[in-house]
Amino acid sequence: MSRLGPILQLVAGDAQADRVVPPTGITARLTAFAAAAMAFLTVFALALSLATGRLADRWGSALAQSSTIRVSAPEEQMDAQVIAVMDVLATTPGIADARVLTDDEQRALLEPWFGPDLPLDTLPVPRLIEVLETAEGYDAAGLRARLAGEAPGAILDDHTRWRDPLVRAADRLRTLGLISILLIAATTAAIITLAASAALAANEQVIRVLRLVGARDAYIARAFVRRFTLRTLAGALSGTALGMIAIWLLPDAEPTGGFLTGLGFHGWQWLLPLLIVPLAGLVAFIATRRAALTTLRETS
Amino acid sequence: MIEFEEVTYGYGGGPLLADVSLKLAPGSFHFLTGPSGAGKTTLLKLCYGDLIAQQGRIALFGQDARQLSRDDVAMMRRRIGVVHQDQQFLDHLTVAENVALPLTVSGRSATEGDLRELIGWVGLENQQLARPPELSGGERQRAALARAIIMSPEVILADEPTGNVDWEMSLRLLKLMVELNKMGKTIMVATHDLNLIRAAKAQVQARVLRIANHRVQLAGANL
Repeated sequence: MSRLGPILQLVAGDAQADRVVPPTGITARLTAFAAAAMAFLTVFALALSLATGRLADRWGSALAQSSTIRVSAPEEQMDAQVIAVMDVLATTPGIADARVLTDDEQRALLEPWFGPDLPLDTLPVPRLIEVLETAEGYDAAGLRARLAGEAPGAILDDHTRWRDPLVRAADRLRTLGLISILLIAATTAAIITLAASAALAANEQVIRVLRLVGARDAYIARAFVRRFTLRTLAGALSGTALGMIAIWLLPDAEPTGGFLTGLGFHGWQWLLPLLIVPLAGLVAFIATRRAALTTLRETS
Repeated sequence: MIEFEEVTYGYGGGPLLADVSLKLAPGSFHFLTGPSGAGKTTLLKLCYGDLIAQQGRIALFGQDARQLSRDDVAMMRRRIGVVHQDQQFLDHLTVAENVALPLTVSGRSATEGDLRELIGWVGLENQQLARPPELSGGERQRAALARAIIMSPEVILADEPTGNVDWEMSLRLLKLMVELNKMGKTIMVATHDLNLIRAAKAQVQARVLRIANHRVQLAGANL
């Protein structure tokens, strides 16, 4: 209760106490503006973080569940080796499905590099086998060893070597987004602390009079804390609203648009930016209260 | 109520007040006099906990001032009304709101009738909605006195309350303080105006303390 007390008093308000501190003019307006700007940036940092999170999940899950086996062999051995590979896969635990890509599918894969009229049957193109694994997955090292014995021309590619860097990059972007949010919160706290300290310094005479008539530090601090917290809440509310509108106005996510068009909130994620407002208020409350009580102690 | 035991205080470069011992008994009326810079304001500040004695002991309502927490000092100031030399007000509030300020900060509210009566008692009924900068020196002094007594404090300390007002207004302020003393309030008035002290002595039994050579002495009849 002792910790909640100041917050409850802040919410309840005290019209008379609010009046004892004169309007703090430009300082208060700048606080509201800074809170709005920070909330706006937080919405974008949050959207970035969530988008990269989704990207990492998509890359991770989509690629982790599939592998490719490439069979390179002389033409007369090709069919035998492919059959051998399929036999090995059929008896390997953790394999959900396996199929040999058709000529048309292979041609479609190579089309971006060689054009549409690739004479596949005249080129020594390896045969590709798509492998889908179960949720438990398979033992890649064991499968490689068996393939080496049964079909020497078969090479297993479980996508690890190019999937991992992509997932790592997306994870890092997500982490950077979260760090940005923390930095924004810390910067907001610093700005509000400076503004509150400036307001306290500018109102030294008011504080002296209040002390003279028996005001306790908590009472004086409350008058400043309430003012700055309410201004921050108002600023954060407008900044968050503008940020959400800006995100909403971004183009819809498209498969061809990649990452940039996927920047936004999906479903319940639209509720997350709404947390910015109370969190900004909490940051303002803590920062102003600390600044006020410290200043009042130092000016006794 | 307020008791000094061999109190010493200075601002560096030697003590301003040295080995001061005095006692303000309930219902007493004291004048504190001495030349400018003698330490009258400092002594008053020691009385309401704005300064802490560097040596000696000050007891405020029986409590050692040095042991008081910041909240204790705030609570104690609600029992001591102070009329400042420079009558500090909150300029964005009306006279009525300034007078009611001690009640406001203690979470209480004055009834409109009581507040009007008090403001009328100090003769500011027509100025209660004015802002402090609009008041004359005498009006400010009376507003400060009203603010000092709205909590019905046991002690009233006034620092040069007649410093900026004419003789007629000085007598009016003095009359208000004498009335308060007759209601049982303990009064201490710091002033260098000997005529005011002489005028007071005709109306109330007042002791006169004089600060000289860093010490407080009881002044005799040779004012």
